[in-house]
Amino acid sequence: MLNAKIPAGPLNSKWEDYKGHCKLVNPANKRNLEVIIIGTGLAGASAAASLGELGYKVKAFCFQDSPRRAHSIAAQGGINAAKNYQNDGDSVFRLFYDTVKGGDYRAREANVHRLAEVSGNIIDQCVAQGVPFAREYGGLLSNRSFGGTQVQRTFYAAGQTGQQLLLGAYSALERQVALGNVKMYSRHEMLDIVKIDGKARGIIARDLVTGELERHFGHAVLICSGGYGNVFYLSTNAMGSNATAAWKATKNGAYFANPCFTQIHPTCIPVSGDHQSKLTLMSESLRNDGRIWVPKKQNDTRKASDIPEEERDYYLERRYPAFGNLVPRDVASRAAKERCDAGFGVGTSRQAVYLDFAAAIERYGSIEVGKRQLTNVSKEDIIKLGKEVVAEKYGNLFDMYAKITGENPYELPMRIYPAVHYTMGGLWVDYELNTTVPGLYSLGEANFSDHGANRLGASALMQGLADGYFVLPYTIGNYLADEIRTKAISTDHPAFVEAEKSVQDIINKFMTTKGTRSVDYFHKKLGKIMWDKCGMARNEKGLKEAIEEIKALRVEFWKEVRVPGEAKEFNPELEKAGRVADFLELGELMCMDALNRRESCGGHFREESQTEDGEAKRDDDNFSYVAAWEYKGYGQYELHKEPLVFEECKPTQRSYK
Amino acid sequence: MEHYNMNLTLKVWRQKNKNDQGRFETLQAKDISSEMSFLEMFDVVNEQLINDGKDPVAFDHDCREGICGSCSMHINGRAHGPWDGTTTCQLHMRAFNDGDTITVEPWRAGAFPVIKDLTVDRTAFDRIIEAGGYISVNTGNAQDANCLPVDKNDADLSFAAASCIGCGACVAACKNSSAMLFVSAKVSQLALLPQGHPEKQSRALNMVAQMDKEGFGSCTNTGACEAECPKEISLTNIARLNREFIGAGFSSEK
Ligand SMILES: Cc1cc2nc3c(=O)[nH]c(=O)nc-3n(C[C@H](O)[C@H](O)[C@H](O)COP(=O)(O)OP(=O)(O)OC[C@H]3O[C@@H](n4cnc5c(N)ncnc54)[C@H](O)[C@@H]3O)c2cc1C
Repeated sequence: MLNAKIPAGPLNSKWEDYKGHCKLVNPANKRNLEVIIIGTGLAGASAAASLGELGYKVKAFCFQDSPRRAHSIAAQGGINAAKNYQNDGDSVFRLFYDTVKGGDYRAREANVHRLAEVSGNIIDQCVAQGVPFAREYGGLLSNRSFGGTQVQRTFYAAGQTGQQLLLGAYSALERQVALGNVKMYSRHEMLDIVKIDGKARGIIARDLVTGELERHFGHAVLICSGGYGNVFYLSTNAMGSNATAAWKATKNGAYFANPCFTQIHPTCIPVSGDHQSKLTLMSESLRNDGRIWVPKKQNDTRKASDIPEEERDYYLERRYPAFGNLVPRDVASRAAKERCDAGFGVGTSRQAVYLDFAAAIERYGSIEVGKRQLTNVSKEDIIKLGKEVVAEKYGNLFDMYAKITGENPYELPMRIYPAVHYTMGGLWVDYELNTTVPGLYSLGEANFSDHGANRLGASALMQGLADGYFVLPYTIGNYLADEIRTKAISTDHPAFVEAEKSVQDIINKFMTTKGTRSVDYFHKKLGKIMWDKCGMARNEKGLKEAIEEIKALRVEFWKEVRVPGEAKEFNPELEKAGRVADFLELGELMCMDALNRRESCGGHFREESQTEDGEAKRDDDNFSYVAAWEYKGYGQYELHKEPLVFEECKPTQRSYK
Repeated sequence: MEHYNMNLTLKVWRQKNKNDQGRFETLQAKDISSEMSFLEMFDVVNEQLINDGKDPVAFDHDCREGICGSCSMHINGRAHGPWDGTTTCQLHMRAFNDGDTITVEPWRAGAFPVIKDLTVDRTAFDRIIEAGGYISVNTGNAQDANCLPVDKNDADLSFAAASCIGCGACVAACKNSSAMLFVSAKVSQLALLPQGHPEKQSRALNMVAQMDKEGFGSCTNTGACEAECPKEISLTNIARLNREFIGAGFSSEK
């Protein structure tokens, strides 16, 4: 039976109580305790810095050439915190409630409440580090709205919030590197976990420049390796984002939770052709001001500017008057798909809808006219002023759109379509962020913990930093306090030798297969199966087919993959091969999980389970649980259930009408 | 936007590892769509090389949306290619025409040794940040964020400096391989904020000392860095760094 180790007592005092009673490690002992951290995104960098400050000996790993390049850098829109600086009724409880509801009642209340409690500290910490958040003229911090909420609690730095937060965490990390508390291993990829007597005790990593395998010991190992959206090949993730670290953890006994919960983000630049290597997000913050519409007429080929106002269908505002364009992502994505499937899509592919700023530009322009007390202003001048305001808020996003599409979004509405963006599923962790393997922890997007079946915008940055700055530094002490007598274990231990050998065997297999097809060929094929059959809508037949197709593709992969170059050199194709091999296993598990969950919830939409007006229909009687899958050998898994108990947020049919 | 296809000739720097001498290799890029990004064009070329049993061209890239700072190609003599304010990954093929020959090299700088082909080692930048590119505040030390109002103009300037992606184009563009734009962006970001004041002079001194130690050249104010910076980081940051540096020189004698 899975034990989430949720502390007893009322929800709003659990964390206080836990902190008051968990074990502590004294400073002298901390110096002898080694912690390995895989990943230097928001979760890993914040954990590495904080643990280094506490005095632990930390080794941090990332596959990029610098910790500053983790994919957290690409986050655009913002980070939530229950500061209530806007005096608009926000509170810890509301942030907690919105997150549980937004996640369609598939998250663990105690974890989410803790997240909301520490959210304010994150903003304080980041500001103290010199993160240049957007400010008002009075010098105080500015906020905006994100989907699924009715308050303004999102802090931001133009469209580069992730970059600024990550650079803050990165500089804290580098400071600890200088102080000798953290040793940084860039261009290193973790390829296996080493377990001794059932506990995580180290890793095998490949130096990506020399190709040499290395053994590293740690009293504990933290997996902060980000999400697995790249199973779909095309996603808003970086090219290198992968599941390998989490998957090796799974193969070493950590359960994988809710693998099928993927988030399809409604506003991305549509696919333009087969050459496409990744999809680019247009931040949700744009839905603060942009209005989404399609023509009222099917297959309307007129230019957007030629379609008069009364012939436009602002379908989100029509269907969801209470939240309008700011409904949660899963709802907005399905609504876009529904319109396009019904023949109302725009652009050459007809797989796009408009995101239009004309009204916002005019509104902001008029506000400026008022602010500056201008008189006799022409319409053009108003538009010009409005464009300046929009440029200040979203300039970098508009530039990005223009570069990719060659169109000017200040003049024409953007064309957007949903794309894979985030994975709510991940390594199962208990309240302490411990996986089912003692000493093996998981933080950030790599774990499953806080977002249920759908993540609200601006909550991933919050979660990554909460885990790394304010949660794990406490909870890991509770484990390491009992490890102070464990001396560093020699990496000649048979468990290290064996783990290294199994990694070497896989590399040898890649190098000697000498097949006929590139790694990308298989990745694209897998991505297509996943998108078609385990994407925005899923059904039993499709999922069963997908499982068979993935199995077959896996067989072909191991027979036909071609990895050029050598193992003992800088070899990006070899890196990709390992990652795709793991995606080929995880993809199958995602489909199995989706097949098992015969309900719709959040981003998981089973066509068999919908309301009359096409909304997701949950089945709380049968599926109010976390599905945690145990690896039982190649392609075999056993399902464990963690029942979800709701004390504060009573599950109801989610409504944004 | 009209789309078109093109055939191109690439002259690409190939170098097996840091000890190899390196040389240009001529490659053909066929049927390239104007809608592709520059790196997607390289994906096509690499796919072909792999199918032909050859070694694909190694290059750094990750986010492919102009923010991670990984990509780093010197294209036809310009860091990140012909478009202003644009990283290699955001450069699109509509910048080129059928029949063009394009020369692609790695960043050239002594402090950025080549790892393979177009991939270079930029860890010197991390070591410069280590030397002082931070505010010394441990987790948990912070006061309420709004206790510290910041003049909006300063906050905006700080943000503009902070948008540096650490790609190294400034170094590659500079005839002296100076890292002044990179260093000054970080020094400015923090010096402009009240939180950064206590350490502003030691920060400037230590970061500049590390920059020199890494073997970056000195700044002779040619402005090539600003012109090639994909994030258009302003030269005024260098002026601010110089002020901090000189001020620090005086006060450290007390
Ligand atoms: C385009 C985009 C925009 C977004 N915008 C927002 C937003 O506005 N607000 C919000 O809240 N969220 C946003 N998100 C989501 C959010 O950015 C991510 O969920 C979050 O940053 C993940 O952080 P992380 O630390 O868990 O992982 P990452 O930042 O992905 O870091 C993963 C780290 O693990 C390392 N790694 C992985 N595997 C290995 C291995 N095998 N060996 C060694 N190292 C490894 C990598 O090198 C990297 O350092 C956005 C996401 C995307 C893609």
